[in-house]
Amino acid sequence: MAKVPVQFSLNGEEKAEFVDSGSTLLKVLRDKMGDTSPKGGCLQGTCGSCSVVVDGELRLSCLTLAETCDGADIQTTAGLASDGVLHPLQRAFMDEFAAQCGFCTPGMIMAAKVLLDANPDPTREDVIEALSGNVCRCTGYEPIIRAVLTAARSNSQNAA
Amino acid sequence: MKLAKDYFADQRTEELKELGQGLQRSDVPGHVTGKTSYFADRTFPGMLCLRMVRSPHHHARIRSVDLSEAERHPGVHRILTHKDIPHNLYTILILIQVGPEDEHVLAEDKVRWKGEAVVAVLADSEWAANEAAAKVRIDYEVLPSVLDIDAALAPDAPIVNEHHGQNHYMYDSGPSRKVRYGDVEKGFAEADHILEQTYYSSPIEQAPMETTGCIVTPDGNDRFTCYTNTQAMFFTLDNTSIILQMPGHKLHMVGGTVGGGFGGKVDVTVEPIAILAAKLTGRPVSFIYSRYEEMQVSSPRAAEKIVLKDGVMNDGHIVARQVWGYTDAGAYSRHSPYGAQKGAAHYPGPYTIPNVWVDTWCVYTNRTPSSAMRGFGVTIADFALEVQMDKLARLIGMDPLEFRFINAYRDGDMKAHRQPTTGAALIECMQEASRVASWPVAEKYMQMSSYKGG
Ligand code: FES
Ligand code: FES
Repeated sequence: MAKVPVQFSLNGEEKAEFVDSGSTLLKVLRDKMGDTSPKGGCLQGTCGSCSVVVDGELRLSCLTLAETCDGADIQTTAGLASDGVLHPLQRAFMDEFAAQCGFCTPGMIMAAKVLLDANPDPTREDVIEALSGNVCRCTGYEPIIRAVLTAARSNSQNAA
Repeated sequence: MKLAKDYFADQRTEELKELGQGLQRSDVPGHVTGKTSYFADRTFPGMLCLRMVRSPHHHARIRSVDLSEAERHPGVHRILTHKDIPHNLYTILILIQVGPEDEHVLAEDKVRWKGEAVVAVLADSEWAANEAAAKVRIDYEVLPSVLDIDAALAPDAPIVNEHHGQNHYMYDSGPSRKVRYGDVEKGFAEADHILEQTYYSSPIEQAPMETTGCIVTPDGNDRFTCYTNTQAMFFTLDNTSIILQMPGHKLHMVGGTVGGGFGGKVDVTVEPIAILAAKLTGRPVSFIYSRYEEMQVSSPRAAEKIVLKDGVMNDGHIVARQVWGYTDAGAYSRHSPYGAQKGAAHYPGPYTIPNVWVDTWCVYTNRTPSSAMRGFGVTIADFALEVQMDKLARLIGMDPLEFRFINAYRDGDMKAHRQPTTGAALIECMQEASRVASWPVAEKYMQMSSYKGG
């Protein structure tokens, strides 16, 4: 199969690979670049577990061709903590019991991060809207919504 | 979180360390950083992808299978059929002597449900495996099918599974599991009212976010490492050992974090065939259900039909309960004979009833085999029982919660299946529920206790 080069920044690190033309970003991140934080729950754009951030926008990596990400800036949950210090969202998901099996968690956190980056003081409705593309089978959505609101509050306290 | 310490205060010490505390999960730091490892978070050079070709019919005879076109498809390494499987006929609970073996790993002469595995295609990419699978030609003669419990038990119904010989499981106690306690006919004769109702439920899919699957690597010494998300490691190990006729020490099963199970990953559906594929090709193999397979092919909670007949007195006492419970196992047993049996013991519910008669049946239909899911065998029973309790309360014009206090079991009460009740706490749970739901009951019920004579 024809290989094509892809090059992008992943969590601040420059990455380059030759991949099968037509490979999804999900497959390339997981199988080629060793970042297994995005998960494949459906591979058809319905569950959100593969969510990553591409140039500041939330994207389903299972529906994104890796070739289209050339030169992009890609962020995943694996790169969220800086120097071992957890992001407020990560702390809040832990404190609010917002993860059980954890399979949906990296995608949830990415969706929440894009929300908080754009809207640091979201309402409950904003959070529900932002997470509406992400399915969790275990936890129930209330702890997750609470976690995102808690993270928003702790962010604004830090900023104050 | 609040620990209601007033209840059973005489049984408590003040030393409780964990109870009543909110504790963080030990695995949650891995979840929020994306470091938790699931079985599919690994890949190996040269790994083959396994794609299953499945029956499009509920019930059909296989006239012929033509692999020639599929085998020529670029990227295909091998296609497995039933002939490749050392011990193709199995049943999971044979490990505890619950037979007969009734299910083929890969179909031989017949398929008995829509989705049954027929041949396994191994190719060096998912695309190639999918394309080649579409080129497998199977000639079927479609047979009449039965798709619900009543149709399966009709006298002239086609036989679903010849290994059973009739469309229900045969227990050592006969066609059903039985509980007989007291004399229900006498109870009904004395009752002020009798209420008989039939309840139905549909299959329910567990729908875990992570689909069922495994990845197998040959270790090079005829030993195989299988990374799996099974919820039942030893069922998997032992059944794989039987199916592949390989001693357990050659099978290195590696479990780990399961991305949601809910009972849906208790059956043994991916590991034996993937290990065999790795053995026959010498390559690592991944067999991971698509979302479609997870929803349509993995075993759901059984459909059930439950007939409840109760005799009740005007003072609120239930004096007789008769139950006919039917579990739709689908085409194969899996765990359903056990689920149906569990129901038999469960049916009186958490109530003390002097006369009880229960028959539970495990019924075969041409539907997806059902199996474990969160309290299977009792959850749907509880749905039916509690709806029935509300209807009974309404029938005699009594508050439904007070009605339950009158019938609740307490320490020392004999249950219908001859286990004396110990450690009961139903009354106390209802007292607390009455408070928090602001659903008041008469003071005498708030003074009751689960203790003997309370
Ligand atoms: S895996 Fe991408 S949306 Fe489900
Ligand atoms: S924690 Fe299991 S799917 Fe969300």
